[in-house]
Amino acid sequence: MTGLKTFITRRRGHGGRWHWTDVASWIWLIGGTILMLGPALWLLSSSFKDPAQLAEFPPTLLPYVQRVAEVEGFDTPLPLYTVTLPGGETRILAQIRRLGANAQMVDPADPALRISVPISQRAPLREIGLATANYTDPFLHFDFFTYLRNSVFVTVTATLLTLLTNSMAAFALSKYRFRGRDAVMLVIVGTLMVPLSVILVPLYSVVSRVGLLDSLWGVILPTIATPTGVFLLRQYMLTIPDELIEAARMDHASEWQIYWRIVLPLSAPALAVLAIFSVVWRWNDFLWPLIVLTRRELYTLQVGLNSYAGELNVQWHYILAMTVVTMIPVVLVFILLQRFITTGIAGAGLK
Amino acid sequence: MLPFVLAARVLEPVLALWQRRTGHAGMIAVFLIPNMTIFGIFVIVPLVLNLLYSFTGGAEILLEQRPWVGMQQYERLLDCQNHLQPMTCREDQFWRAVHNTARFVLSQVALMVTVSMITALILNRRIAGRGLWRAVFFFPVLLSPVVVGLIWRWILQREGLLNLIVVRLGGDPVIWLNDRFWAFAAAVGVSTWAHMGFYTLILLAGLQAIPRDLYEAAEMDATPPSRVFWRITLPLLGPNLAVVLVLALIRAVQIFDEAYVLTGGGPGTATMFMTQYIYEVGFASFLRNPGLAAAASILMGGLLVVLTLIQLALSRRAERMRQR
Amino acid sequence: MKRLWLGLSALVLAAASAQAEPVPVRILWYSDGNEGEVISELLDRFEAANPDIDVILENVAFQVIQEQLPVQLASGTGPDIARVTNLKAQAEHWLDMRPYLADPAYWEANFGDRLDWMREDGSDAITGFMTQLTMTGGFVNLTLFEQAGVALPGPEATWDEWIEASRQVMESQGLPAAFAIDRSGHRITGPNLSYGANYIGPDGLPAPVDEGTMAFVSRLVEWTGQGLMLPDTWVSAAGTTYRAAADDFANGTIPFYYSGSWQVANLSAKIGDAFDWAAIGSPCGTVGCSGMPGGAGLVAIRYTQHPEAVARVMDYLASEPVVREFSERTLFLPAHAGIVAAGDLAFRSEDPNVPPALERFVQASRETLPAANALPAWQWANTYYGALVTRISQVMAGELSLDQARELIDRDIADQVAAAR
Repeated sequence: MTGLKTFITRRRGHGGRWHWTDVASWIWLIGGTILMLGPALWLLSSSFKDPAQLAEFPPTLLPYVQRVAEVEGFDTPLPLYTVTLPGGETRILAQIRRLGANAQMVDPADPALRISVPISQRAPLREIGLATANYTDPFLHFDFFTYLRNSVFVTVTATLLTLLTNSMAAFALSKYRFRGRDAVMLVIVGTLMVPLSVILVPLYSVVSRVGLLDSLWGVILPTIATPTGVFLLRQYMLTIPDELIEAARMDHASEWQIYWRIVLPLSAPALAVLAIFSVVWRWNDFLWPLIVLTRRELYTLQVGLNSYAGELNVQWHYILAMTVVTMIPVVLVFILLQRFITTGIAGAGLK
Repeated sequence: MLPFVLAARVLEPVLALWQRRTGHAGMIAVFLIPNMTIFGIFVIVPLVLNLLYSFTGGAEILLEQRPWVGMQQYERLLDCQNHLQPMTCREDQFWRAVHNTARFVLSQVALMVTVSMITALILNRRIAGRGLWRAVFFFPVLLSPVVVGLIWRWILQREGLLNLIVVRLGGDPVIWLNDRFWAFAAAVGVSTWAHMGFYTLILLAGLQAIPRDLYEAAEMDATPPSRVFWRITLPLLGPNLAVVLVLALIRAVQIFDEAYVLTGGGPGTATMFMTQYIYEVGFASFLRNPGLAAAASILMGGLLVVLTLIQLALSRRAERMRQR
Repeated sequence: MKRLWLGLSALVLAAASAQAEPVPVRILWYSDGNEGEVISELLDRFEAANPDIDVILENVAFQVIQEQLPVQLASGTGPDIARVTNLKAQAEHWLDMRPYLADPAYWEANFGDRLDWMREDGSDAITGFMTQLTMTGGFVNLTLFEQAGVALPGPEATWDEWIEASRQVMESQGLPAAFAIDRSGHRITGPNLSYGANYIGPDGLPAPVDEGTMAFVSRLVEWTGQGLMLPDTWVSAAGTTYRAAADDFANGTIPFYYSGSWQVANLSAKIGDAFDWAAIGSPCGTVGCSGMPGGAGLVAIRYTQHPEAVARVMDYLASEPVVREFSERTLFLPAHAGIVAAGDLAFRSEDPNVPPALERFVQASRETLPAANALPAWQWANTYYGALVTRISQVMAGELSLDQARELIDRDIADQVAAAR
C-alpha cells in the first residue's frame, strides 16, 4: 500500500514535500483528461438517447427511457408521469392523452378514474435505459455491413500498397545516387502539403478518365503514393548504415534482396508508424470517397454516415450512434499499438 | 501479408535477371516506377490541370469546354483598393477568408505551441502513469475530422453539454457558434484539441533527448527553475520547437474539415477559411466558379510550398545539430 | 469433336444466361423522411412483376445530389434516374422519354402543369414527374399560444402581425426567440413576393434586387437584430449552406416556424403528443399572401444505356395507384392532376394534427401569386436564392449593411450570368 502511495505521489522531489509545480501539473493533467475524454464520453452517452430526448434542454447526462405501465382497458402501455395534484400531493399516474394544455391521466391501480392535469404539473417518470434502436436500426435497415466491408477492404489494401510502393521509392531515393534524385525529392516534398480539397476538381476528372469512378480502386489508388510516406521512410532509411548494404553486395545479394531482406526489416519502426497512420487516414477518409463513390453498395463507413443527413433533416440519433461505431476500430488500433505510435512518432516522425 | 511474401519470392529471381541485364540503373527504375507512376497520375497531373483551370473561365466543369481567359481570375482575386479592407475588394469573400485564415493561424499556432509545450514539460517530469497521460492527450489525433467537428457541434449547440454546465452554474445559455468571438474561439480550440497530442509527442521526444546530467548540474548550482528552462531546455529543444511551429503553421493554413463541420463558416463569414472558400466556389451548387476556385487554390498552394521549404530547411538544421 | 461440342454448348449457355441477365436501372434517391422505405417497397413489387429489369435504388445524402450529380452529368455519366430539386437549371441532361413511354398522353394529362419545371425553355419533352409538390408555409405551436393567452392572428394577418403575436408568446413563455425561417433563399422568396418583389427581368434574365425584396429582407434583418428570429439557423453558417429550424419548433423553442409542407411528417414524428400544432399558410405582405411552390422531381437521365427499361420503371412509378400509395404513406402532396381532382387521398397518419395541416397546405397552393408559380420553371432561380442567402446572413451577422448587400447580391448574380454566357 505504501508502495502504491509513493508511486502515485512520486514527483520532482524536493525532499518529499509537494512543490507548487507538482500541484499545478496534476491539475493540468486531470483537467486535460476531462477535456480530452469528456467529449467522447458525452458522445457515447448521447448516442443511446432517443430522438425526443436528444432534442431536450437541458440535456441529461445519462440516457433515459420513459417508464410505461400496462393499464387495464388500454391496448398499448401508457407512459408514466409524476404529477403534483392541487393539494400539493404527488402521485404517479399514466397519461392517456394530452388535450391542449391539459393531460388526461389515469391511476394504474384504479383504471376507472380519469384525472385531468395541467401539463405544467406533470413530469415524465424515467429510468436509465438505452435506446439501442439507434444502433440496431442502421444494421438492420441500412447496408451497414456492406459499408463496413468496403471500409476494411479500402483500409487494408491501401495500407499494404502504400507500404510497398512508398518503401520501394524511399529505398531508391535514399540508397542510390543518380541524376534527378534531388529533383524527384523536391517534387515530392513540394506536394507534401497540398491539401486534397485544392485539387479536387482536376483529380476527379483524372479518375473519371482512367475509368475508376464508382469503384473502390478509385478510392484506393490516388491515396497510396503519399508524399508523407515516402518522405518519412526515406528519412529513416538514411540512418541505416551504407556499410551494411555494401557487405551484402559483397555476398552477391541482388539489389531486390537487399531491399526486401535487409532494408525493409530494419525500417520496421518507420513502417509501423506509416502503417498505423495509413490505417487511420484511410479509415477516416471522407471527402474523396464521397465524391468518387455514388453506388450505395460501394459506400465506405464515413460516406454511409453522411447519408443520414437529408436535404431537410439530420437524423442525429443515427449519426451519433454510427459515429461511435466508426470510432471503435480506431480506438482499438490505438489501444493495441499505443506504444508503437507514441515512440514511433517521436523517433521516426521528426527527422 | 502472405500474397506479398509469395510475390516477393517469385520476383526475386526475375529481378536478379533484370539486374544482370540493366545494372543498378534498371533497378532504380524498378523501385521508383510504381510509386512515381501513381504519384504522377494522381498528384502531378491534377496539379497541372488545376493550373490550367485557373486560366479558364465560365461555369462548365469539363476543361475542354472552358474558354481561356488568361490571368483574369487572378486579377479578379487580387483586385482590391485596400487589401486590409475586404469590402473594397472585387472578391470580398476571398479576402474575408484570407483575413480569417491569417487570424486563425496566428492564434491557433500560438495556442497549440503553448499548450503542447506545457503538456510535454509536465509529461517529462517523473510523474505517475506517464504512458496513460500520454495516451489520453494523443487519443483525439486519431479521430476523423468529421467526427471531431460533429462531437463539438453537439456539445456547443444551444441544447448542448456546455450550456448544461453554464445553466447549472447559474448562467444563461449562450449560443456559442452564433457569436463571432466564440465561434472563432471554438474553431481555434477544437483544432487545438484534435491535434495537440501529436505536437506534444514531438516535443516530449526532444525533451527526453536532453541529457539528464545538464539538469543535475543545474540543480547542484541551485539554478532557479525558470533560468533552467530558458538557458537549458529551450535552446536544446530549439530545433524540435521550430519544426513543431512550422508543421502547426502549415496545418493551420489548411484548416478545413473540422471547422466546416463545426461552424459551417459562420456566423456570417467569421470562420470561413481559405480552403472552405475554395471548396464553396469550386463545388457549392448555386454560385459555382471552378476557374476562380482553381486560381485561389494555386495562390494558397504557393504559400504552402514556401512554408514546406522552410520546414525542410529547419529539419535539416535540426538533423545537423543532433549529429553534432 | 467432343471439344467442339463442349465449346458450342458453353457458347449457347452463355448466350442463354446473357438473355436472362436483367437490365439494370439505377435510381439515385435522397430522403427527408420515410419516402426511401416506401419507394423501395413499391420497387420490389415492380421487380417481382418485371424480372427482366433489376432496379437498384441508391439512397444517398442530399449533398450527393447537389454536389456530385452535377459533376457526373457534366462528364456525361450518372445514374439512369435521379430524384432532384434543381430541375430547371440542369434540364439539358434529362431524357425525353416520349418515344419510350407507354402512354405519353397520360403524362401530359396528369403531370402537364409542371413539365416545364424540368425541361429546357421551348421544349415539349417529357423528362419525369414530381414525386411530391411542396408549398412553403408557416407552422404554429397552438399549445404555446394558448398558454400565453395570445389570440392567433386571423387568416389575412400580415407578417408584422404574426411576428408581433409570436413576440408576445415569446415574452409570456420565456422563450429564446419568437420565430424562425429555414436558411434558404427559396424559403424567403414567398414572403418577398408578397411584398411585391420580382426576380425575373423583361429579358428572362435576373432583375436587380427591387424594393419588394428589400421590404421583407429589411424586416427579417430587423427582427433578427431584435432577437425575435432565432439566430441559430441563419447567422451560424456561411455561404449557401441549408439549415432548417424544424428541431427548434418540435422542441417548443419557438411558437412560429416558417418552412413548408414537407415538414408535416417530420414534425408529426418528432412532436408526437408533446403539443398541438397547425399549419397556417403564408402570412400576408402588401400585395399578397404567397408561399412558394416547389418539390422534388424524378427525372430520367439522357446518358442511360437502357431508355426503354427506364421508361417502364417511370411508367410504373407515375401510375395512379403507385402515386396514390406513395403520397398516402409519405404524407407528401401529390402532383398527379387526376388524384388531386378526385380529392379522396387518405393520408395514413394517426396524428390528429396532420390532416388539417395538409389540408391547409393544399389550400395555400391556391393562394400563390403568379410570380411564385413562374419561379420553379426559371433557370436562374437557384442562383438568385444562393446570392440572397449568402449576403443576407452577412448582414445579420453585422458584416454588411443592407445597401451593401443589395449591391453584392446583384453583382454575385451578374457574375454567374456572365460566366454562363
